[in-house]
Amino acid sequence: MAKKILIADDEQNIVISLEFLMKREGFTVCVATDGQEAIDKVRSEAPDLVLLDIMMPRKNGYEVCQEIRTDPGLQGTRILMLTAKGREMEITKGLAMGADAYMTKPFSTRELVTKVKSLLDLPA
Amino acid sequence: MLTGPVIVAASFLYLLLLFAVAYFGDKRADAGRSVIANPTIYALSLAVYCTTWTYYGSVGRAASSGLGFVPIFLGPTLAVALWWFVMLKMVRIGKTNRITSIADFIASRYGKSHLLGGLVTVIAVLGVIPYIALQLKALSVSFAILVPPDDVVSAGRGALPWLADTTFYVALSMAAFTILFGTRHLDATERHEGLVAAIAFESLVKLVAFVAVGVFVTFGLFDGFGDLFSRAAREPQLQALMRMGAGGNGYANWFALTLLSMLAVMFLPRQFQVTVVENVNENHLRRAIWLFPLYLLLINVFVLPIALGGLMSFAGQQVDADTFVLRLPMVFGHDWLALVVFIGGLSAATGMIVVETIALSTMVCNDLVMPLLLRYRWLALQGQEDVSGVLLGIRRGAIVLILLLAYLYFRLAGEAHALVSIGLISFAAVAQFAPAMLGGMYWRGGTRAGAVAGLSSGFAVWLYTLLLPSFAKSGWLPGDFLQNGLFGLDLLRPQELFGMQGLDPLAHSLFWSMLANLGAYVWVSLMRQPTAIEAGQATLFVDVFKQGRPSDGAFWRGSARVGDLLPLLGRFLGRERAANAFDDYARSRGVSREALQADAGLVHFAETTLAGAIGSASARVIVASVVQEEPLGLDEVMNILDEASQVRAYSRRLEQKSRELEEATRELRSANERLKELDRLKDDFMSSVTHELRTPLTSIRAFSEMLLEDPGIDVEDRQRFLAIIVSETERLTRLVNQVLDMAKIESGHADWVDDEVSLLEVVEQGAAATSQLFRDKGVTLEMSLPPAVPVLFADRDRLVQVVLNLLSNAVKFVVRGSGQVRLSLCETDEGLQVDVRDNGPGLTPEEQRVVFEKFRQGGNTMTDKPQGTGLGLPISRQIVEHYGGRLWVESVPGEGATFSFLMPCGKSAVRKEDAG
Repeated sequence: MAKKILIADDEQNIVISLEFLMKREGFTVCVATDGQEAIDKVRSEAPDLVLLDIMMPRKNGYEVCQEIRTDPGLQGTRILMLTAKGREMEITKGLAMGADAYMTKPFSTRELVTKVKSLLDLPA
Repeated sequence: MLTGPVIVAASFLYLLLLFAVAYFGDKRADAGRSVIANPTIYALSLAVYCTTWTYYGSVGRAASSGLGFVPIFLGPTLAVALWWFVMLKMVRIGKTNRITSIADFIASRYGKSHLLGGLVTVIAVLGVIPYIALQLKALSVSFAILVPPDDVVSAGRGALPWLADTTFYVALSMAAFTILFGTRHLDATERHEGLVAAIAFESLVKLVAFVAVGVFVTFGLFDGFGDLFSRAAREPQLQALMRMGAGGNGYANWFALTLLSMLAVMFLPRQFQVTVVENVNENHLRRAIWLFPLYLLLINVFVLPIALGGLMSFAGQQVDADTFVLRLPMVFGHDWLALVVFIGGLSAATGMIVVETIALSTMVCNDLVMPLLLRYRWLALQGQEDVSGVLLGIRRGAIVLILLLAYLYFRLAGEAHALVSIGLISFAAVAQFAPAMLGGMYWRGGTRAGAVAGLSSGFAVWLYTLLLPSFAKSGWLPGDFLQNGLFGLDLLRPQELFGMQGLDPLAHSLFWSMLANLGAYVWVSLMRQPTAIEAGQATLFVDVFKQGRPSDGAFWRGSARVGDLLPLLGRFLGRERAANAFDDYARSRGVSREALQADAGLVHFAETTLAGAIGSASARVIVASVVQEEPLGLDEVMNILDEASQVRAYSRRLEQKSRELEEATRELRSANERLKELDRLKDDFMSSVTHELRTPLTSIRAFSEMLLEDPGIDVEDRQRFLAIIVSETERLTRLVNQVLDMAKIESGHADWVDDEVSLLEVVEQGAAATSQLFRDKGVTLEMSLPPAVPVLFADRDRLVQVVLNLLSNAVKFVVRGSGQVRLSLCETDEGLQVDVRDNGPGLTPEEQRVVFEKFRQGGNTMTDKPQGTGLGLPISRQIVEHYGGRLWVESVPGEGATFSFLMPCGKSAVRKEDAG
């Protein structure tokens, strides 16, 4: 059964590119365009992995991350943080909030796919 | 009935009591627990100002001239108001220079001059002897009133031999009393603690006694003030007394008397003694400044009631008003009260006589006799024997002599005058000290010659216009020069000098003597520069409060030996006292007496210590006899003064530097805070820019990689992806341009191409440029423009940029198809205003607050995610504010928003007709 991936980002074009990329790799994809929607979709769609942007309206990526990690029913969800802010402090903060991995934008599509697969324990 | 022996016994008992008080005071002082280290005692001792003249004479003066007695007390009250400046300085000078008398003060100020000291002493003695005589007269008169005529031989005093005259014995007992009080030992500080305690006690006694009579007259003989005054008002003569100007006391005389009393309360030798010499703590002045005037007020409250009561009680009888105080209780049968009054009068008299005579004897000894002895090298050349006994002997002799002189004056001239006139002659004499004293304290330019000239001319005028006439009136001198002037010259009439008429003799004398005195002092002083020693002393006096003034002994240079100085001091102070003084000095220098260096400081110390006993002028001569002084030239003194003023200036500069440093530190700190804040802002800005640059790059890279790796993507997707790449590239370009633009404007490096520009054209150009956007989204643009507006002077392209920005923002946020935007331009009082109104979602107050911050983009939803950079509004605002205008937003959430900007119209703006 195909793994399900939630794309949470408020940049329309980034969402389009990620959606195309993930579908091409054979994942099922769902989309959220702000933090609150992301949490709702995590609960309703139960994705295996979330590609989580940090700078989002309503709730930012850190808050989403924290909420997922404090919900005992969502412990299996992998979180890969994506952000355009590449400062050391932000990476540390993201990992501290419970993200499994972190990538800065712009990313290499190949590396992203590799990272996603490794997080989902799939063969590269 | 009071008898002679009873009164004499009571008087002696009272004097014994005084002596006990003084003894107690001295014992306490020796034990180190001074009773006079108390501001109230100090203030009370100042009341030695109130003599029998106040006690008996005020009533006499009030009876003849009504309110004419007031200036004598108004003057001191006014003078005291200035004391915190003048007297404080005088006290400080007195302490630092060990001044022992007013003669010493003046002599020391003008170069430790024997001549000046002697002159002041002569003026003081001649001027004050009538005043002491007045006390003797008051005592003898009051005694004669109390004791019935057959008890004492009193009729025709003039014919009476001295030995049978009670006044003579009064004078002698006063001399004995004074000697006991004031010259028991020679003190280096010339202070008499026991004496001051006794004087303060006496001040209380005379106040209580006088108030007792006042109460008796006002409430015993009459029914209070109201009754007394209303009864007096019914008698025409008395009524006149209660008005200003009664009995010839015109305003000029009032003024003269007030001025005279102001000076007297500072320069009478006994006042100088109690206020300056006997002062133990400068802060005592603070209480004296209000307590002393209060005392004067209290003792004067009943003057007018007693005078009026006396005039009514003794109407038609020939009764001397000076004796009302004593006679009223007697006539009404209150002998005990009369005795109290007598004791009060005795208090007033002894207080005055004792302090005045001590002060005068100190002056006579230090400034008159010592210089004469020194002139013959008598004292300086006598071997090692102790001469302090000799000094005491001189003082005691002086005391006896002064009292005998006073008695003589009393015999010769006393009968002719009322108490008040005698007292005023003395006041006028001591007023002559004022120019030299005050000038010396505040004017560096005063010289010895100036002071001598001023004092002698003032004194000569006083002698001629006041003292000699008083002798003439008492028949002791032929009186024709009064009428015809000296040598028969009318212009030289003593009481109408140079034809001046209309003033009473006292005001007349005061005017001429002060004119001569002040004129000579200033004129002669200005004739030549102060000499070295005058300049040095001037600095010690005038700059007594300044920091960094020349140190002790700064004006002395030469060589000396401790072995000479110590025995020298010992001869005048007694060996033990001198040794103690040297030990104290050595301790203050942190060395033992054996290790003392005979430097300028020690010589100065020896001289001032000696000055405390024998006056500064004599001390200088005596110290000079055992040291080798190299005289300083005026240049050298000026150098020292200059150095001192440089030290002052340096310390001022240091203080200023330190203040400036603190200020600079504070400024640096706040600048640092500002820099930190700017750094934080820059950090945030960089972080935002990074984010904004990376976001389009992310899409571009992702799509490019996918297109590159996967040739099999179908054409439709391929087209879509390439379109996104192009649009994101455009976004990136826009962003880079705007960031650069912003940076340029903020740093002030932007180019502004200012020219005459019509905002009307600008708005139309903006609308035309965005028309495609509006058409694409199906949004209507409505314009409301006036036919013509004033021309602005600004950068046309920048203004178009602002309008474009507002229009494209509006179109971005309204609903596709049904959006409406209204653009209007109008002229207001402040300038030209452009409004861009839309029917979009509007902004919450929070959004309105942050919408002008950089990288803040409106819109929360993915749908219609704005493609702006978040820099449009900040840049627009910068542009408008560059021209002194404003850019703001008004909005109600859900009802659209209005962005407006206002451009001020300069005065030079000209209205330009516009075809559009």
